[in-house]
Amino acid sequence: MKLWLPFAASAGALLAVASFVGAGWDAPPVASEQIGFRGTGMYHHRDVETEAALKAANIAPPAPWEADPTGDKASALYQNVQVLGNLSGDQFNQFMASITEWVAPEAGCNYCHNPDNMASDEIYQKVVARRMIQMTQSINVDWKAHVAETGVTCYTCHRGKGVPAQVWSASLEPKPAGNMTSNRGGQNVVAVNAGKTAMPQNALMDYLLGDKPIRVHSTTALPTGTNTVGTKETEETWSLMMHMSESLGVNCTTCHNTRAFNDWDQSPPQRVTAWHGIKMARHLNVNYMQGLTPVFPANRKGPEGDVLKIGCATCHNGVQKPLYGVSMLKDYIDAVAVKGPTDVPNFSAYIPGKTEVLGGAATSVTQP
Amino acid sequence: MALLSFERKYRVRGGTLIGGDLFDFWVGPFYVGFFGVTTAFFAILGTALILYGAAIGPTWNIWQISIAPPDLSYGLALAPLKQGGLWQIITVCALGAFISWALREVEICRKLGIGYHVPFAFSVAIFAYATLVVFRPLLLGAWGNGFPYGIFSHLDWVSNVGYQYLHFHYNPAHMIAVSFFFTTTFALSLHGGLILSAANPGAALDEPGRQAEVKTPEYEDTFFRDIIGYSIGTLGIHRLGLILALNAGFWSAVCIIISGPFWNKGWPQWWSWWLELPIWR
Repeated sequence: MKLWLPFAASAGALLAVASFVGAGWDAPPVASEQIGFRGTGMYHHRDVETEAALKAANIAPPAPWEADPTGDKASALYQNVQVLGNLSGDQFNQFMASITEWVAPEAGCNYCHNPDNMASDEIYQKVVARRMIQMTQSINVDWKAHVAETGVTCYTCHRGKGVPAQVWSASLEPKPAGNMTSNRGGQNVVAVNAGKTAMPQNALMDYLLGDKPIRVHSTTALPTGTNTVGTKETEETWSLMMHMSESLGVNCTTCHNTRAFNDWDQSPPQRVTAWHGIKMARHLNVNYMQGLTPVFPANRKGPEGDVLKIGCATCHNGVQKPLYGVSMLKDYIDAVAVKGPTDVPNFSAYIPGKTEVLGGAATSVTQP
Repeated sequence: MALLSFERKYRVRGGTLIGGDLFDFWVGPFYVGFFGVTTAFFAILGTALILYGAAIGPTWNIWQISIAPPDLSYGLALAPLKQGGLWQIITVCALGAFISWALREVEICRKLGIGYHVPFAFSVAIFAYATLVVFRPLLLGAWGNGFPYGIFSHLDWVSNVGYQYLHFHYNPAHMIAVSFFFTTTFALSLHGGLILSAANPGAALDEPGRQAEVKTPEYEDTFFRDIIGYSIGTLGIHRLGLILALNAGFWSAVCIIISGPFWNKGWPQWWSWWLELPIWR
């Protein structure tokens, strides 16, 4: 009996049904945006319903109250205020109220503080939070080329969660089965950080932590022998570009005229902003996230034991301008729009639950 | 002028779809007919408009001449001549010329009393073109989504439209279309090679210096039965060739009409349904 035929037909029919029902097709109409000159094909089509849902999910919360900048400084009112000491008492409390809503709305103050000794650093989240406040200040002061005057706050990334939803770490899973399958060249699996393609799965380690050259494009039409990079390196770059596109909900033509990816003159200006963004994400990972590795417990690290890191999606959350470009800075100027002390304690000396105060300047933040 | 002495008897009157006997004549080797006149009208007008567009454009470089569609802001309305209106009229002329040509083929088929396979096949090509410049722009709500008429510029358009979906090789219909394009060239090369091998048998094995006899289709069938156990046959290979070629064009049209109107994320994300199948989710 030729049983294979009905079996194959049934399997084919089931897969066809699954691809129609499960893929999430969008019916017209679409919202279109023209990026380049007419006829160049530099357009972006967005599904109307998806766009409405994104807008609803990316609303900047208002400040709990308008802070009074006068009065005694927080450094005089409270103990162990290492970074925000220059705030007035009201500004300090307003910022603490906001950060609670931004990062730990359910756990509340106790997410970072021992209620019996608010000054203590014994809860590791407080040590991390202090460093993250320094990081936010640095972004708003040193990285205006990327964040402009809109700036960022804790909410840009955290969105009411202790760990931002869109972070990344070294991605080596699934491990090869062995023997002939041992070397898959870091690809050929579902690369979650590269738009679910089969392209290199760990490109963010190379580009947003390491500083491997991203620009692989030859600048001449015919090979001259000077550009020796091959398909492998090109796909690693493409993998990073996938991450960027998915993170911002954009396509390649947002930053490139693909007839000449390399040519700045033909590229939309957004490419310059994105270029600074890559440098910024790398700087933050190297100078802020990686140093905190000894502070985080194992369950707050990636499967390979490295610290959770910042990518484009961490802030952008699928939107080209995070929170659709609405700035939250004006209510927190003194807290995060200016730089406080930039000293960094020796995090490797930190013992959770034991260390009462982690202070003292060991090293300084590397300037961008 | 008939190319062969017996050709004249195939040239019979009648079979026209429109115009009766009015245009039922030949000019040299070419049948005219009503649709020959409309083909010439649309082709000449369209070409003249392309030349006009080139004349008011920045270059006479044949590679760089481009007649671009309107800005998206014009939507489905008519645009001023120099801001994409030319493209709109040229598109009408192109479709007019292509469809006229197909109908002229139909009239010739009717005269000869043969099937409509050739005009049907050509219609699939017209369908693919109309998908790019009419159906997809209609679904997306703007004529600006058509491709520009220029040698380099239409290639740049293809590149950018592909990259709108991050990685177009993940488009399932594109995969099917590419497979059909490869298969149709593969089948044609096998078929061409087989016919030439039967018609050019080379030297006879038994008698040096003598040309071997040209072989019959039985030999062709036997070659494929020997090598893969099956021969599709002399008529069958042409059915197969037509089906493969038409599918290549048809799935090309499908792969672009779903890009935008029915899918506007990256194509790699489309495969989420596969990753989320209940058997391994």
